[in-house]
Amino acid sequence: MQGIYEFVRGPLLWLTFIVFIGGSLYKLIPMYYLLKKKEAFVLSYMSLKYSLRSILHWIIPFASANMRQRPIMTVMSFVFHICLLVTPILLLSHIVLWDESWNLSWWALPDWIADIMTLVVIGACVFFAFRRQILPEVKYVTSAADYVILAVTAAPFITGFLAYHQWIEYRTMLILHILSGEIMLMAIPFTRLVHMFYFWFTRAYTGSEFGGVRHARDW
Amino acid sequence: MAVPATKLKEQKEIIDVGLEEGAARLTYERIEQVINRVITGEMAARMKVYVDTCIHCGMCSTACHYYLSHGTPEWAPVGKVKQTMWEILEKKGRVSPEFIKRASIIASTECNVCRRCSMYCPYGIDIAYIMATVRRICHLLGVTPQYIQDTAHSHSATMNQMWVKEDEWIDTLQWQEGEAQAEIPSLRIPLDKEGADIMYSVIGPEPKFRAQLIYQAAILMTAAGVNWTMPSGPGWDNSDMAMFTGDFETMGRVKRTHFETAANLRVKKIVMGECGHAFRSVYDVGNRWLGWKMPPIPVIHATQFYYELLKEGKIKIARKFKEPVTLHDPCNIVRGRGLHEMMRYLVNATCENFVEMYPNREHNHCCCAGGGVINCGPPWKTKRVESNSTKAEQLAATGVHICIAPCHNCHGGLEDIINYYKLNMHVMFFIDILMKTMEIPDSLKA
Ligand code: SF4
Ligand code: SF4
Ligand code: SF4
Repeated sequence: MQGIYEFVRGPLLWLTFIVFIGGSLYKLIPMYYLLKKKEAFVLSYMSLKYSLRSILHWIIPFASANMRQRPIMTVMSFVFHICLLVTPILLLSHIVLWDESWNLSWWALPDWIADIMTLVVIGACVFFAFRRQILPEVKYVTSAADYVILAVTAAPFITGFLAYHQWIEYRTMLILHILSGEIMLMAIPFTRLVHMFYFWFTRAYTGSEFGGVRHARDW
Repeated sequence: MAVPATKLKEQKEIIDVGLEEGAARLTYERIEQVINRVITGEMAARMKVYVDTCIHCGMCSTACHYYLSHGTPEWAPVGKVKQTMWEILEKKGRVSPEFIKRASIIASTECNVCRRCSMYCPYGIDIAYIMATVRRICHLLGVTPQYIQDTAHSHSATMNQMWVKEDEWIDTLQWQEGEAQAEIPSLRIPLDKEGADIMYSVIGPEPKFRAQLIYQAAILMTAAGVNWTMPSGPGWDNSDMAMFTGDFETMGRVKRTHFETAANLRVKKIVMGECGHAFRSVYDVGNRWLGWKMPPIPVIHATQFYYELLKEGKIKIARKFKEPVTLHDPCNIVRGRGLHEMMRYLVNATCENFVEMYPNREHNHCCCAGGGVINCGPPWKTKRVESNSTKAEQLAATGVHICIAPCHNCHGGLEDIINYYKLNMHVMFFIDILMKTMEIPDSLKA
């Protein structure tokens, strides 16, 4: 058991970072060159002002017409993404690890808040899964891969929650938690989770075309 | 006014020779070869990023009037992408002739490339571009609805959309000039006047079906004292169905002819009639295909031109139009050029009673005729009209009987909707309103 633990915390973690960062660059850099070579006009229309205008309207809750038409989905998406990003960064037990390994530390969330945020992420994943089942227009375009991504995203939070509360054997849970977190990070560049990067670019381009060329709003 | 409950009829299979015969000629090998040529040669980073980013959330569905009218998932924007591009990419082009036929139907008759969904997708994914790429593939495979293909052929052979011959064109202009002289005896339609300030260009269907619009434009130009001209030869037509069939090579030739004609006449700018798709072609799509980031010669849409004339006091309103009117924002000049506030200025300047329809401006619903869909002809008409009960409801809710729509396709599309749903409305161009309201200086009058 100790051996597995050492492995997931040591070499596998390094591998994860390499795959995550390397994989992201491997995705983004060739894409940039392809764009430059074949669709250079896309870059020529890019405008900082209109990119930011568009991005802002889509990262502020209810700033777009579509978000206002779908209040539940909007709240769920925002709460989900915020908790998903913030919880792991501001979790005390993660910061302790950073401190131990790199002498880095920062402000941590009180544990009970982090606990709630973890549940929010899990709950949102369940919500999204149900949404995929219930709404015909979503179900129609859903494939198994979409559920797998939801599971991959929820797994580190479920295992983390269980490990923290120590309801099931702690060591095993901890190993599963680290492992699932690593899987999620490694999956980002190679699955739809890549939208984490692409969002900024697609939004910026659409915003630039709508704002700079078409003189219209895109929200 | 309310929309009478018309139940959607069972969709009968529509037979279109262009699709049937085109698909009958295909083989798996040819399909695969053509698709891969497009994938490797023409589609690049943009398509990859769009397809990889789409998280299948369905948020774009309520953007689309097809979905809002039918309510089932295959009409949602992402549903249409699933049935076409996803499958094409997943199978790496190994799809059947039957699949290509269906893809052509979806891309050409179930999407107006109106870009409303780009405003509803959190990522701004350009589904209109994806559908246009599907059309491009179908075009290269020779599977395009017959009627619109015929207009593309006409563009290619005559540089205008309606097989108008050169003598017919000049004849029509002279005929309209003669008619207009009854009102203003000194009026001329100056042909090929080098160094004029403005070249006025129209779409092929104007001389063919709506010649009075040329008469009206001539009255407006004369009353406003504009130094203008119209070309006597190819290049007079600014329309572009080749853009909508995916025949970009023909589109490029047609657009080049249009710009070159203006360049040869050494005009300062091109003013075009009240047409949406033609504006998209000269301002956004055709110019880019030719390598121009923006049009090489400034091009303005008629509504902007009227706005400027009114603002500068070159035309004056003698009496306002009394009957209540509503305004349909054509996608191609609103989502395509943001002319909505100028149009509102125009309506308020010329009409006494303006009733907005909702949603409006960039969020207006397309008429379901655009993007070449109305040009796919009679076989598709019922489907097109039934696919926009949403528009009928939107129109009916205004409670007025006149709808201004500064776009030819919108005109046709809205009139069909009005007839089918018995809305008791009438569609007008801005120039129709101007003719009824503007002042013609006494010095010019007969
Ligand atoms: S018709 Fe308009 S809203 Fe519907 S899919 Fe096509 S571009 Fe999108
Ligand atoms: S809204 Fe955008 S991401 Fe969601 S399904 Fe539609 S195209 Fe895909
Ligand atoms: S016909 Fe009119 S409403 Fe329809 S796509 Fe064109 S501009 Fe839009």
